[in-house]
Amino acid sequence: MNAPLSRRQFFRVCSAGVMASSAVGLGLAPGQAVAEVRPYKLARTTETRGTCPYCSVSCGVVMYSREEQGKRKIIHIEGDPDNPVNKGTLCPKGAGLLDMVHSPNRLLQPEIREAGSSEWKTISWDDALSKVARLMKKDRDANFIEKNAEGVTVNRWNSTAFIVSSAVSNEAGYLGVKMARGLGMVALDTQARI
Amino acid sequence: MTNHWVDIRNADLILVMGGNAAEAHPCGFKWVTEAMEHRKARLVVVDPRFTRTAAIADFFAPIRVGSDIAFLGGVVNYLMTKGKIHKEYVLNYTNAAFIVGDKYKFENGLFSGYDEDKRSYDRSQWAFEMGPDGFVKVDNTLQDPRCVYQIMRKHFSRYTPEKVSEVCGTPKESFLKIAEMMASTCTPDRVMTILYALGWTQHSVGSENIRTMAMIQLLLGNMGRAGGGVNALRGHANVQGITDQCAYAQVLPGYLGSPTDKDVNYETYVKARVPKELRPNSVNYAKNFQKFQVSLMKAWYGDAATKENDFAYDYLPKIDQPYDIMHTVERMVSGEIKGLICQGFNPMAALPNKAKLAAALKNLDFMVVIDPLRTESAEFWKPVGEFNNVNPSDIKTTVIRLPSTCFAEDEGTFTNSSRVIQWHWAAGDAPGEARKDRQIFGEMFTRVRALYKAEGGKFADPILKLNWAYTNPRFPAAEEVLKEISGRSKAELTDPATKEVVVPAGGQVVGFGQLKDDGSTSCGNWIYSGCFSEKGNLTARRDKTDPGNMGNNLNWGFSWPANRRVLYNRAGADMHGKAWDKTRPGIEWDGTKWSGIDVPDMPPTNNQAGPFIMTPSGVGNLFAAMAEGPLPEHYEPFETPLGRNPMNNNPLAVSNPASRIFKSVKGSFGQKDKYPYAATTYRLTEHFHFWTKNVESNAIVQPSPFVEIGVELAKAKGIKNGDSVRVWNDRGSIKAAAVVTKRIPQLNVAGQKVETVGIPIHFGFVGLANKGFLANELTPFVADANSLTPEFKAFLVNIEKA
Repeated sequence: MNAPLSRRQFFRVCSAGVMASSAVGLGLAPGQAVAEVRPYKLARTTETRGTCPYCSVSCGVVMYSREEQGKRKIIHIEGDPDNPVNKGTLCPKGAGLLDMVHSPNRLLQPEIREAGSSEWKTISWDDALSKVARLMKKDRDANFIEKNAEGVTVNRWNSTAFIVSSAVSNEAGYLGVKMARGLGMVALDTQARI
Repeated sequence: MTNHWVDIRNADLILVMGGNAAEAHPCGFKWVTEAMEHRKARLVVVDPRFTRTAAIADFFAPIRVGSDIAFLGGVVNYLMTKGKIHKEYVLNYTNAAFIVGDKYKFENGLFSGYDEDKRSYDRSQWAFEMGPDGFVKVDNTLQDPRCVYQIMRKHFSRYTPEKVSEVCGTPKESFLKIAEMMASTCTPDRVMTILYALGWTQHSVGSENIRTMAMIQLLLGNMGRAGGGVNALRGHANVQGITDQCAYAQVLPGYLGSPTDKDVNYETYVKARVPKELRPNSVNYAKNFQKFQVSLMKAWYGDAATKENDFAYDYLPKIDQPYDIMHTVERMVSGEIKGLICQGFNPMAALPNKAKLAAALKNLDFMVVIDPLRTESAEFWKPVGEFNNVNPSDIKTTVIRLPSTCFAEDEGTFTNSSRVIQWHWAAGDAPGEARKDRQIFGEMFTRVRALYKAEGGKFADPILKLNWAYTNPRFPAAEEVLKEISGRSKAELTDPATKEVVVPAGGQVVGFGQLKDDGSTSCGNWIYSGCFSEKGNLTARRDKTDPGNMGNNLNWGFSWPANRRVLYNRAGADMHGKAWDKTRPGIEWDGTKWSGIDVPDMPPTNNQAGPFIMTPSGVGNLFAAMAEGPLPEHYEPFETPLGRNPMNNNPLAVSNPASRIFKSVKGSFGQKDKYPYAATTYRLTEHFHFWTKNVESNAIVQPSPFVEIGVELAKAKGIKNGDSVRVWNDRGSIKAAAVVTKRIPQLNVAGQKVETVGIPIHFGFVGLANKGFLANELTPFVADANSLTPEFKAFLVNIEKA
């Protein structure tokens, strides 16, 4: 056996139990393999700064992503040493963030559960949003209160409630509040209260 | 937080009570250990459990769940009796000298003005006495029997160390030791901070828990000081931000009061919200209400909001009821609520009394869920064995579930517990067909609007005229929304002194000081104003420089209001404007203006006004009207292991006399004969609410539900560590493994032994972790009278081996 192995063959040989050093010693190792190490995990990734979504310390995080099948996929998350509050540390919750992003329980498609049904049915976004808009208008038109019993203009719609997430950005939350008030909604709340 | 995370390292004494910072806020907790290491600061913990925070504390004292006001009232008594107060601060920066009117009384657990049927007070009975000059009368000698100081002395004299021990179960010596340590910060050169969380808020007396501590901090002169303050450690990515955007019924963004049915016209509405100065020279900044409210309406209605139509006042819905989430749940049960839009919230898991939630959701005609993850609430109709015993064919609710992005896939701002607004960027693309919340809301609104445009319908005006002129109305961009929130001016604004243009016409304002009530400015949230100025997006700043080395980091993000890092920082200086403690600088008066290492919380050239610029008096309120009184008083949790209130013998004053009791729960609170054990709920360091049971690594490190009980209770029930136990009351029943531990002590309270069962909340029947019963099967449907926060942390249960 005096022809040098290809890199692929070399690693296969190693994994079968032959010591790398003895393989090298026998002259079987390809020229490059001796100097190769495991590829750097963060090679060819894009670095992005973010904020941990859990408690309100709001630790800074650095997230690393790369393109996979036309989408940016996050492959690593760690604490941001530049953040003056957490200085690069993360707690057990923050340390598990990658598993949250890639949880098998992530919702991927709009779905509907019809009255009385025991399962979800996938529908399109257009379908789902059309239905939602129609449900909202129907209830608002049926139950909107223009004046109270004393004749005071109240313009409220109190038969649909809206609970806004305390985990969304200020921009999304503000839009939610603006929309809700614009529609006349009053039964509004968020996790902040509880 | 009135102060901020890094500032905690500036403290001499750190009290952790009503919270468990080491376990719930581990990365923020490093500032406690920094203070201990570098300033030799001491850490004191008062908690029903010997937590990991307690494990590294200098001193720990146990306390019965729900008795914190008695403990803190005992501290107030100790400070006042021994004169351990910062006298100059109390006299000049609090309302200790104010004279209270003669209608004020307190007797046997109730204040004057109580209406038993309405369960509320006529607060006019507690009004101050007004002088002929139109201001509140004061006695600066603090001797008048009706001055706040003397009324407080009398009120708190009942909270003797013996009484504290009786009510709280805390050994008297432990209480005295802690009171002494806290008292040591009454001198200008020593400062204490308090770190609290849901251990204080989630009680029917939650607001008063916190208020009592604020009173202590005022007596000690610790407000507005580096290393001082009252620091709420909050939770959720953006709970502070969404609180500020005011996604709840009583307020509009920036804490502007919502109109109610009583506000029959715009004039009435404004007048009721513009306070009158109670003392001369008070800034009374809240008097600028109309500038902020008009600017908000211009942001929402643009040119459709004019002086002639009272800036679209009639378009705002008026409230006639509280409409908080518990009230909404009741109306779901009664059938008044037909639909629910539920965004990033898991009410079935997170709200008290799961059985009631199940009944509520079942009654809905429709439910729209927007979430990145599966939740119990979205699947409330799916049977999951004994954990969710339902029959889908009985449940007629149409549920539409829309997948949203998570934090890593969206850009925008989160506001942390210390009011710092920080921009974050999207690192990844949404999985599957998930969409950003801004796009989901943009689509929802524009589609509803299109239906109204095409078909007409009930009062379409406020919908058709709502300002939604984003670059893409179906998907507003984060930056343009933040710019709207921060505010702009139609007209050019110039500096009155230099005549330089500071804001071009149509440009972003510098801050809320530039907002006007004439319709020429628009601003979505006045307290955020200035975060996106002509200089750019200040929330995205990442400059860590820290002149003064106090941790203020003025150029990292944007801290509301106006980038002030320590609130009330003028109180960090004496009446002459010199810092109380030069080794801990803040701002000082240089003869013409305030300056230093923070943005002054005071008009810069005003050295006459009191430091608390948002109050009409300019001073901190020791005596202040809240739902259950002008001063705090101990009331038992609604499910009390004592069956009585040791502070009085008034059947109307056992528990909070002002807390709302829904008809559906009246008379149903657990009694000690059937449910002898106190219970509380709390968080584990490895989990975040009901969210992380969907996360593999967190599910691995904390996979299974458990409850914690003390060794005496375990022995009495024959329960060994690891045994399966059942914990139940009239509302529900859970099963979990028992952890038998010394860290939940049995307490001697009012002549009886009180045991406590501790219940971590994180488990449920949807997720990767082992399935468990929702902890909120057991919690009571009653809340604080001011905040309407449910009493999750003090109730009664029974327990047995399963």
